[in-house]
Amino acid sequence: MKRTVALLMENQPGALSRVVGLFSQRGYNIESLIVAATEDSSLSRLTMTTTGDQKVIEQITKQLNKLIDVVKVLDLGESDYVERELLLVKFLHESVNKEVIKELNGEIVFENNELLNIQFVGTSKELDQVLKDLESSNPLEIVRTGASGISSNLKTLTI
Amino acid sequence: MSKEQISGADALMRSLHEEGVDIVFGYPGGAALHIYDAIFNQQHIEHILVRHEQGAVHAADGYARSSGKPGVAIVTSGPGATNAITGLATAFMDSTPVVVISGQVKSNLIGTDSFQETDMIGISRPIVKHSFLVQRAEDIPSIIKKAFHIATTGRPGPVVIDVPKDLTDPEYKFDFDYPKGVDIRSYKPAKEGHSGQIKRAVKLLLEAKKPVIYSGGGVIQDNASSELTKLATLLDFPVTNTLMGLGAYPGTDQKFLGMLGMHGTYEANMAMHNCDLILAVGARFDDRITNNPDKFSLSAKKIHIDIDPASLSKIIDIDVPVVGSAKECLDQIIEELGVQSHKIDHDKLKPWHEEISAWKEAHGLNHKLLDQKPTGGKILPQQVIQSLYKETKGEAFITSDVGQHQMFAAQYYFFDKPRRWINSGGLGTMGFGLPAAMGVQFAFPESDVACVTGEGSIQMCIQELSTCLQYGLPIKIINLNNAALGMVKQWQDMNYGGRHSSSTYEDSLPDFVALAESYGHVGIKVKKHEDLESAMKECFALKDKLVFLDVDVDPNEHVYPMLEAGMSMEDMHLSKEIKTW
Ligand SMILES: Cc1ncc(C[n+]2csc(CCOP(=O)(O)OP(=O)(O)O)c2C)c(N)n1
Ligand SMILES: [Mg+2]
Repeated sequence: MKRTVALLMENQPGALSRVVGLFSQRGYNIESLIVAATEDSSLSRLTMTTTGDQKVIEQITKQLNKLIDVVKVLDLGESDYVERELLLVKFLHESVNKEVIKELNGEIVFENNELLNIQFVGTSKELDQVLKDLESSNPLEIVRTGASGISSNLKTLTI
Repeated sequence: MSKEQISGADALMRSLHEEGVDIVFGYPGGAALHIYDAIFNQQHIEHILVRHEQGAVHAADGYARSSGKPGVAIVTSGPGATNAITGLATAFMDSTPVVVISGQVKSNLIGTDSFQETDMIGISRPIVKHSFLVQRAEDIPSIIKKAFHIATTGRPGPVVIDVPKDLTDPEYKFDFDYPKGVDIRSYKPAKEGHSGQIKRAVKLLLEAKKPVIYSGGGVIQDNASSELTKLATLLDFPVTNTLMGLGAYPGTDQKFLGMLGMHGTYEANMAMHNCDLILAVGARFDDRITNNPDKFSLSAKKIHIDIDPASLSKIIDIDVPVVGSAKECLDQIIEELGVQSHKIDHDKLKPWHEEISAWKEAHGLNHKLLDQKPTGGKILPQQVIQSLYKETKGEAFITSDVGQHQMFAAQYYFFDKPRRWINSGGLGTMGFGLPAAMGVQFAFPESDVACVTGEGSIQMCIQELSTCLQYGLPIKIINLNNAALGMVKQWQDMNYGGRHSSSTYEDSLPDFVALAESYGHVGIKVKKHEDLESAMKECFALKDKLVFLDVDVDPNEHVYPMLEAGMSMEDMHLSKEIKTW
């Protein structure tokens, strides 16, 4: 089962390596990982997607909470949440049909007479489908950010 | 009042003094030289020069485990830091409060592969509770404050402070001001258990007909032995202790079942398997206890008290998890039982106590081996422990290394008090015993301290004999010499058709008596059963001397009981011939 876990940690050198290290040390999977500073410059927010049953996810959140640099952990899957990921794809002009891009809600973010860079936003699942649909257009390069998430209720991951 | 201006190195020593530290174990080197000069220039803290950094950390650990106060080690960068790693991992696995201060190359050299540079923070990351890389000299006091707070509270554990050399430069001075308190927003360990969970726990305790209290190192760490004993007495429940928990409940008490697990007693393991309720306190259901978790005590309800939420339901599903300190939670339970005392019914436990007594009668350990002349002619290792127990009247601090001798010590020495049994349970570090004993002896200069070891383990930190000479430590080294890596050999006997692959070295062992003497100590060799007790007596009569008692023991002896891998806790080998399944 795929799960999205978000956390706030001290914006300090070494903090990220403790979080990432925990995953390899305890044999948990990381499918994707995003980190960025928050509006409070002393904190970074990290979102990761991982796989595991309920017991594994519970252990992951407990072990993360134990790290001294981790301030707060939220298993987003515990309640409703919105997940978004950004996908950028590069095509040669001749291989891609702009109508198809439009149907897939892609947005052209760069274009010259040789190539196009196209942006897609959606859930990770939706983007998987987009990539399938684009297979026949022979993308030159594909890049995904990994999912980010925010709960869709009054529960916030703030301090 | 104007504040005093001092260097980072002096601030480090002053901060340690502020934390109440009066002894540190260490080994100098380039990156730590400013610190060593500061050590020289102060009077409050004694520095003990070990002979290997592993020894420094184990000694600090032994000091911490026996005294309950944090232990401190100081090492230099690079090889000094890497030599400290085994000690850190040992402290981490057993959750002991140790602070390691490592010198680091100058800040501007970090990342350049400079001389004796190693990424200590990176290397130690998975085996520390937390670590700090100091970035400004002015931060040293607050980092020390935080480090001691983290190491000693919640589930204790080792903390590393890596200090680049330029930050201890005597030329750079700043205002010294030691923080009064500490507040780490992301670290607030629980103390009291949730009152609802306490009530649920009490309900199960009162309903149980076949209960067991299973307690571990957490009870010792949290100084909760008297609460544990009080609760067991109140309820008339039998108690078993883990290898780390020995001494938390009086070893000579009638209700004590002995150690449980891999080499636990028959009655303890049978009780765990057949009970209807387990009250686990400060223990963590690790694989040396549970054997196959899928077959672990299937009919029992489980209450688990632990300070670390991540320990709860990690391996075994728990009916009533309680997060909190052992002491507080046990107190809460005792208080609640006081309210409901009319419901306590000792009579209904009688059949259970009888069942346990019958198990003990059938296959309990034989604690009266000492007077029996061994049939094979060789002294039995168990007899040495019994002789040690007799001679020290059960009052000594016993440290141990890792192997058969460790298990024999755990099985045959009764520990009536906490913090008397000091061994590497989690990591199983050969080489721990002697340096740990140094730490214990420094904490308790007037007490008898014995290190029960094997000829394999003792050679892993043998260099510390020199430290013991320098500081006049009268440790008694009790070497159960079976001329083999006995525990390895036992496994090879049992699982590898007796093929002793690299587990023997009979013809190349040192003369331990001569070795001890060359370090200025006393060595005594014992080969015959009739000499054992008198040698033991002589050993402890030499009050001011380190004595190396080298006892030739039966090399064919195995440790039993032993759980059969992959099965339940009632599936044990009881001797070379007898198994329970
Ligand atoms: C540093 C280290 N290396 C290897 C082991 C694996 N090991 C466990 S017990 C043992 C044998 C110990 O021999 P000895 O100290 O003579 O004790 P005995 O079992 O013979 O009593 C070994 C090699 C270990 N625990 N620690
Ligand atoms: Mg041996």
